[in-house]
Amino acid sequence: MNTVLKCSNLHVYYGSIHAIKGVSFEVGEGEIVTLIGANGAGKSTTLNTVGGLLKPREGSIEFEGKSILGVAPHKVVSEGMALCPEGRRVFAQLSVKENLEMGAYTRPASEIPETLQKVYEQFPRLKERQSQMAGTLSGGEQQMLAMGRALMSKPRLLMLDEPSMGLAPILVDQIFDIIKALNKAGTTILLVEQNAQMALSIADRAYVLETGRIVNAGTGKDLLNDDSVRKAYLGG
Amino acid sequence: MLAHLINGISLGSIYAIIALGYTMVYGIAKMLNFAHGDVIMVGGYISFYSMTLLGLPVPIAILAAVFVCTALGIVVERLAYKPLRAATSLAVLITAIGMSYFLQNAALLIWDANPKAYPNIFKNFEAVEFAGARISPFAIVAIAANLVIMIALTLFTTRTKVGKAMRAVSEDKGAATLMGINVNFTISLTFAIGSGLAAIAGVLLCTAYPTLMPTTGSMPGIKAFTAAVFGGIGSIPGAMIGGILLGIIEILARAYISSELADAIVFGVLIVVLIFRPTGLLGKQVHEKV
Repeated sequence: MNTVLKCSNLHVYYGSIHAIKGVSFEVGEGEIVTLIGANGAGKSTTLNTVGGLLKPREGSIEFEGKSILGVAPHKVVSEGMALCPEGRRVFAQLSVKENLEMGAYTRPASEIPETLQKVYEQFPRLKERQSQMAGTLSGGEQQMLAMGRALMSKPRLLMLDEPSMGLAPILVDQIFDIIKALNKAGTTILLVEQNAQMALSIADRAYVLETGRIVNAGTGKDLLNDDSVRKAYLGG
Repeated sequence: MLAHLINGISLGSIYAIIALGYTMVYGIAKMLNFAHGDVIMVGGYISFYSMTLLGLPVPIAILAAVFVCTALGIVVERLAYKPLRAATSLAVLITAIGMSYFLQNAALLIWDANPKAYPNIFKNFEAVEFAGARISPFAIVAIAANLVIMIALTLFTTRTKVGKAMRAVSEDKGAATLMGINVNFTISLTFAIGSGLAAIAGVLLCTAYPTLMPTTGSMPGIKAFTAAVFGGIGSIPGAMIGGILLGIIEILARAYISSELADAIVFGVLIVVLIFRPTGLLGKQVHEKV
């Protein structure tokens, strides 16, 4: 299996606060890898660092064998990875279609109609609402839009930050089905979740983060049955 | 009455063009660029000297002013505002006020304090009769320029990729970065457009009030800022409506009430509007679902 993403010994600070303390992990081609952990464990910080929004003070990030530390934040997406951020962060005053077009900002204009078609097939709801302002969508629809927008850049690695946050259980199931389908279609997935049960059940491998450090790692199945994980994150 | 109204709309058109610069920069960079009014003054001087000293034809002089002001806007943003991108808004505000005084004093040093008599760039054109009122060529050009600029900017922000990216940046810089949008470039571009428009406003303003001094831009700058807030800061059509209403109110107040009180009335109306509509006439009041 080829390694798509390799992070070694990452240290990230917010001012003087040491948020990530030597995190190392790998994502292999075709895998679903999840980072689980409590609030403030550093999951989103790790993802935002890989996505280029934060710069680590120490450590290395390699994407497909190439270091992306010197790459300007807005050029990270052109390398072939997309981050679907926490809280969805759709552009509320742009239409659904314009949001998707922004997702394809780095792609040649000629291929956008085809990609758009594919995303609409994946999320038929978005097609129905394509001329509506994104701010008027429901939470679940906004999550679909955020994911569709990330897919518009045709990423080989898709990073999802808390896709289930604030959604009704039926929508959570739907979002996770979509994640599995995207993975089957060939997209490697790095997933950050508080819903550890759901995340572990679809993940090939998982890492457990606690206060900025990785404290446990294994296959999704192993961690689902791991006593300490069950106690801490799965309600016993 | 009609004549006053037309005067008001043409003066308001100048305010609207200036207000666009405030409103666009505020929308993207979330800062009030108080040096914007002084860019107008620089535009006035550049066009003045292009015509008088270099003897250039009017359109070329205007282009020269647009070119210099565009460059000035980019340089000011790079040197003064970009280093403060992560600073508090108060620090940026003070810097903008400082930049305003810097530009005024630099103008004082370069072009001295003596007022210059700006040439009448429309002296070869006749006024037009319309419904018993004489419409000056200046009024026609000011109103037409305002309309063209407004339509062009609306098309730019709704139809072009870079324009849509500009709207995305104004909403969420982080998310825009994730899309691959270069936020710094977008901010530079906004300053460039706003400052280029300020140059056009400078030429129109000096034509309307042909006394050019280093402080020429400050009062119209403040009034255009008022217009931008009045219309709803961040909104392009708001800048247009705010500017034109402000121009009409000012001219009517001057004609029918008192020319000394005109400015007081203009700012009084702003205060009243903001009491009842704190986000301005067309201010964003979108309720987002979460």
